[in-house]
Amino acid sequence: MSIILDHVNHIYEEDTAMAFPALVDVNLVIPDGQFIGLIGHTGSGKSTLVQHLNGLIKPTSGSVYYNGADIHEDGYNKKELRSKVGLVFQYPEHQLFEIDVFSDVCFGPKNLGLEKKDVELRAYAALKQVGIADEYFYQSPFDLSGGQKRRVAIAGVLAMKPEVLILDEPTAGLDPKGRDEILEQIAKLRKETGMTVILVSHSMEDVAKYVDRIIVMNKGKIMYDDVPKEVFRHYKELEEVGLAAPQITYIMQELRARGLRVDTDITSVEEAKKAILQAMGR
Amino acid sequence: MLRDITLGQYYRTDSLIHRLDPRVKLVGTLVFIISLFVVDNFIGYIIAALLLVWVIKLSKVPFRFMVRGMKAIVFLLLIAVIFNLFLTPGEAVFTVWKIQITREGIYLAAFMAIRLVFLLMGSSVMTLTTTPNQLTDGLEKLLNPLKKLKVPVHEISMMMSIALRFIPILLEETDKIMKAQIARGADFESGNLIKKAKSLVPLLVPLFISAFRRANDLATAMEARCYRGGEHRTKMKPLIYQKNDRLAYAVLWGYLAVCIVVGRYAG
Amino acid sequence: MGIVKTKDLVFEYIRRDEEGNVEGITRAVDEVTLDIEQGDFVAILGHNGSGKSTLAKHINAILYPTEGTVWVDGMDTAKDEHLWDIRQKAGMVFQNPDNQIIGQVVEEDVGFGPENLGVPTQEIWERVEESLKAVGMYEFRKHSPNKLSGGQKQRVSIAGVIAMHPKCIVLDEPTAMLDPNGRKEVIRAVRALNDVENITVILITHYMEEIVHANKVFVMDNGKVAMQGTPREIFSQVEKLKSLRLDVPQVTLLAHELRKSGLELPEGILTKEELVKALGL
Repeated sequence: MSIILDHVNHIYEEDTAMAFPALVDVNLVIPDGQFIGLIGHTGSGKSTLVQHLNGLIKPTSGSVYYNGADIHEDGYNKKELRSKVGLVFQYPEHQLFEIDVFSDVCFGPKNLGLEKKDVELRAYAALKQVGIADEYFYQSPFDLSGGQKRRVAIAGVLAMKPEVLILDEPTAGLDPKGRDEILEQIAKLRKETGMTVILVSHSMEDVAKYVDRIIVMNKGKIMYDDVPKEVFRHYKELEEVGLAAPQITYIMQELRARGLRVDTDITSVEEAKKAILQAMGR
Repeated sequence: MLRDITLGQYYRTDSLIHRLDPRVKLVGTLVFIISLFVVDNFIGYIIAALLLVWVIKLSKVPFRFMVRGMKAIVFLLLIAVIFNLFLTPGEAVFTVWKIQITREGIYLAAFMAIRLVFLLMGSSVMTLTTTPNQLTDGLEKLLNPLKKLKVPVHEISMMMSIALRFIPILLEETDKIMKAQIARGADFESGNLIKKAKSLVPLLVPLFISAFRRANDLATAMEARCYRGGEHRTKMKPLIYQKNDRLAYAVLWGYLAVCIVVGRYAG
Repeated sequence: MGIVKTKDLVFEYIRRDEEGNVEGITRAVDEVTLDIEQGDFVAILGHNGSGKSTLAKHINAILYPTEGTVWVDGMDTAKDEHLWDIRQKAGMVFQNPDNQIIGQVVEEDVGFGPENLGVPTQEIWERVEESLKAVGMYEFRKHSPNKLSGGQKQRVSIAGVIAMHPKCIVLDEPTAMLDPNGRKEVIRAVRALNDVENITVILITHYMEEIVHANKVFVMDNGKVAMQGTPREIFSQVEKLKSLRLDVPQVTLLAHELRKSGLELPEGILTKEELVKALGL
């Protein structure tokens, strides 16, 4: 049970003067249940990559397998694939269209051809999962605050009961508290359901705290694919491509350089605090 | 998907035609179209063809770009030709069962085809060598006399240029929303007409909301930059006729005169 | 008097339901009094919905006070006769890079403001050139804005404002939709304007690292100014910022946590160098 990308290439506007390679020989295995951070700056190919995972974009060459089956084989049920690999786009609140929150979340399961009762049960469960209270269910989605709208949009994908949930920059444009709340919600969701989560972001700080694997994209290629601590060790290389390790990593590097005996692969304030106190003999 | 549609496909290069005042090109296109209807004989069409080929050559736009635009009207062209070919009464040259092709039919069909192809090529030369902005500027200046009749010429041209700026953005947005809804299991392709129309709701509602939000933002941004309509405004790129423009006008009027003469006395 | 001054500024709007009946009145800005000096770099912080954008729109006379007064360069924004002068003196850059670029070519967009002001053609070209150079976008002058990155688009928008020769520029969350590279580009351009041209900058944001260079910070909450001071003074109050749905840079948070655990560190540490020094290393 996994997603496998085998030598995937994608070229936009192939055969024209504007041809642009968005993905270059990407090989990936995404096993069940992992929490993955996909990092890269704008134009690094990360959005193109995630759209390959649910078959929205077809590779120019190479193959994508879901649970062992080639998703671009004739007769493959793409609709089912899209319910299994849920993709939440950037600014997902821009896709809301129904007159009330509840109907909007029903849209996905309804498209799967489920019974009305099942559709509603799923919508209810999904809205609960993202922490939307009952009192908002019959309000127009357009009257909600930015953060709430985004939760509703995420619920719209969750209601399809995906096995893999991909979120493309779910915190874009939110204030610091809103950012933390959404990320906490996603982490909680993963813990409860055990589903695979892929978090697309350009912020190392955001993902470092949650994920167990980081994939760094640069110019359409996979640059690093490892546990966070290992990836952040390359902070100098990351900087060269316009990315950065979390600020805390730099602090620890600096302290270490000044002779304080602390681990340099620390990624959170909490760990840093412990390490410094210990090193200072407290 | 939708991004593949190119609108106002300007071909960026530097040529005599590119540098002409957009007003000359607008008037020129109009004159060329009129000329196609003034002449109705082959000599006239040869003259028109000569002018067209000369201008295309001067514009330095590769010929295949002209032909690419042609694909869009192949269907229209076929219908026009078939209708004229089969439905024109006259002296029969060819009869199969109840359908007959007449001499007049062949002439009409050929003329119609030539006119359509020339018309499209003529206007392609204009859009390929003029940026949409220059076009709207030119149009504004040309229509300026209508201001006296209280026609909001400046506003119309401003609207056109804003529309042109936002078309690619909205197309991209349509693409994005479409993908987002497909990811939620939406189906935009199968089903009968009513089902198809219904499936567009999840696309159109967000698109309209976004378009209105953009319009609102843009209006605020324009006001913040002191936009208050056409009055008091100066131009960064004012249109002033140069020597080449005057020459081009001379060529144009000469061409039209020849066409009128040929249309009346030849053929 | 400073370049921008507000006294007891209140802005209210009426909420209506679908039938147009009045549902209630929302006070988006509540008795705000500010005084901003020419050449200041002011940051206005606040969570989404705190009233910071509404406040900003008053400086450009896009919104008018319900109560109280706003002066820009000594002119009362509520008086119609000053409208265009105020909009020229206080330029504004908005959040969405796509929705504020009017021109189809970079240079034409930058020329839009001066055109509206009735600047002679020759001078428009001079202004466009100097403005694009000031934000480092001169080499892109012939490009279509659609092909630029978010950070580049925002720099074009900033150039469009500078070309109007303002005394003050208000940036309403200019980096909210950008990636880290784009954010850095924009902030660098804004700082250069402030340093080199002495243009007053009012930067609205919720990215904490962007306010480090400001000389004055206002934190908005519920339409009111909840905190004000230098970045150091603001960042010294970690708990209060958190209660206002905001954040502090990781280094400040770390120092704060260490202090809570008994290490003797001053509050409001802003850089890793300061932390190293404070730890006595």
